[in-house]
Formats: sequence, structure tokens, C-alpha cells
Amino acid sequence: MEYLINTVLLALLAVTAGAIAYLRNLFAAVMLVGIYGLLTAAIFVILDAVDVAFTEAAVGAGISPILMLAALALTGREQTAPTSPSGAGIAIVLATGGALVWGTLDMPYFGDPLAPVHVHVAPRYLEGTLSEIGIPNAVTSVLASYRGYDTLGEVFVIFTAGIGAIVLLGNRRGD
Amino acid sequence: MEAFLGHYNYWIVVALMMAGLCTVATSGNLVKKVIGLNLFQTSVFLFFISVGKMAGGTAPIVAEGWTRYSNPLPHVLILTAIVVGVATTALGLALIVRINRAYSTIEDEEIRRADLHRLP
Repeated sequence: MEYLINTVLLALLAVTAGAIAYLRNLFAAVMLVGIYGLLTAAIFVILDAVDVAFTEAAVGAGISPILMLAALALTGREQTAPTSPSGAGIAIVLATGGALVWGTLDMPYFGDPLAPVHVHVAPRYLEGTLSEIGIPNAVTSVLASYRGYDTLGEVFVIFTAGIGAIVLLGNRRGD
Repeated sequence: MEAFLGHYNYWIVVALMMAGLCTVATSGNLVKKVIGLNLFQTSVFLFFISVGKMAGGTAPIVAEGWTRYSNPLPHVLILTAIVVGVATTALGLALIVRINRAYSTIEDEEIRRADLHRLP
């Protein structure tokens, strides 16, 4: 049942992505980005990534479309130049996609408990999270404690992006 | 059938990634390019979370009665990546608004033409 929902939601996601790539009305494309984010969050719940699903629902279905709508309000809604996919562009996309699909053929099957990703490092965190950190949620303890400095680096990135946006947009007298 | 279902998630990820790549490469509108980058990025998120899923497992919150948990490490990586992703999206859109202020257009062909006119 779980896998059936996963399969259907992923197919819906692919259709949405195709529509986003095809649409020329930017407002409609941004609305579809919101739907895309919501579908992604639902898939993350099915795939046991509940913390990621929270963040994706807030960011992918909330903040990103709002930022894009704000940018559209300041620029324009329609894509004036027609999207004319050149032959070279299509060829590059198909070749890259083919190579990536070929690369997936060697991968362990989806959900395989003996896949290398499950037998190394992760069990250590799951065993230690209660005794060493005291939090049952392993994602929280890795994020905030075991690898807290990564989160600190993330804060620096957001700070830098904020400074960049202020520098780009703040001073209107310079125009 | 088993081989198909075992790779289905990865193939959808590739399809999403190619939709994003196609949008970035063939669309002339800068906002559309940022949307394409977002598609591309989300496909990578899905790939990591798919790899971390364990059959019969549950969310990585230690509780009685469960022995199998999905891998928490991809979740942590993707949490960080989502937040960094929205920061870069915001910066990209700010750049686009600034470009629109300077050129009065966000189509890359028109920007190139305006640049050619400015040359002495």
C-alpha cells in the first residue's frame, strides 16, 4: 500500500514538472511550483522523512512560490520570447538523462535493508541518540549536536544571502 | 517487475532532473530559469530521501517496538540543503529584480541585444 501511494505520487510529480517546463504563463508555473512542493512533502512522509517533509511543506510550497510571486510582481508575468527548444539542447538533455538512467541500473533496489547506505555510520547514530544526546529523534540529534557545525555553516549561508539581497535591492537612490 | 519497482524512484528523479535542466537550458526568461533550477534541486532531494528509505522501516525516531529505521543521515543533509536552496533562490530572484531595474526586461536575448547597443 505504502509503495502504491509512493508510485502514484511520483507519477503526479513527474506530470507537474513537465507542465512547469512547458507552461509559458509564469504565474501559472509558480502556482504549479507550490503544488510540486506539496506533492514532494507528501512523498517525504511516505519515505519516512517526516522532518524533511515539514521543511519542504513550509519552504517548497510556501516561501519559494511567495518569493517568485514577489519577483513576478516587480518584473512581468508573461514569458515574451517563445521557448524554442533547439536540437542541441534536446540532444544534451536526452544524453544526460540516458547516462543517468544507465547509472541507476547498478544501484541497490529501493528500500533494500542490506544496501551499503544502511549498514554503515547510520546505525551508530541510531544506537547513540538516546544514551549520548537524550533525544529519541535521530535527525534532531545529528542536526543539532553530532554535526552542529554544519548547521552553523548553514546559518552563515543564509546570512550571506540576506546581505546580498539587501545590497542588491536596498539602495534605490543609486539608479 | 521487481527490477522496475526497485528503480522506479530513481528514474522519476532522473525525469524531474531533466525537466529542470531543459527549462534552464532552453527558456530565455530568467524567472523561468530559477524555477528550472528549483526543479533540478528538488529532484536531488528526492534521490537522497529515496536512497535512505528502508523497507519495513519507520521514521528515525527511536521508540519501543521498532527495530528498523530509515537512514537519518540523508534527512539531515536534505534539511540543510532545502534551507540553503531557498536562500540561493532568494538571492537569484533579487539579482533578477536588479537586472529588470537596469534593463527593463528579464529575457536573456533582449539583455544581450541591449548590451550590444551599449558597446561604443
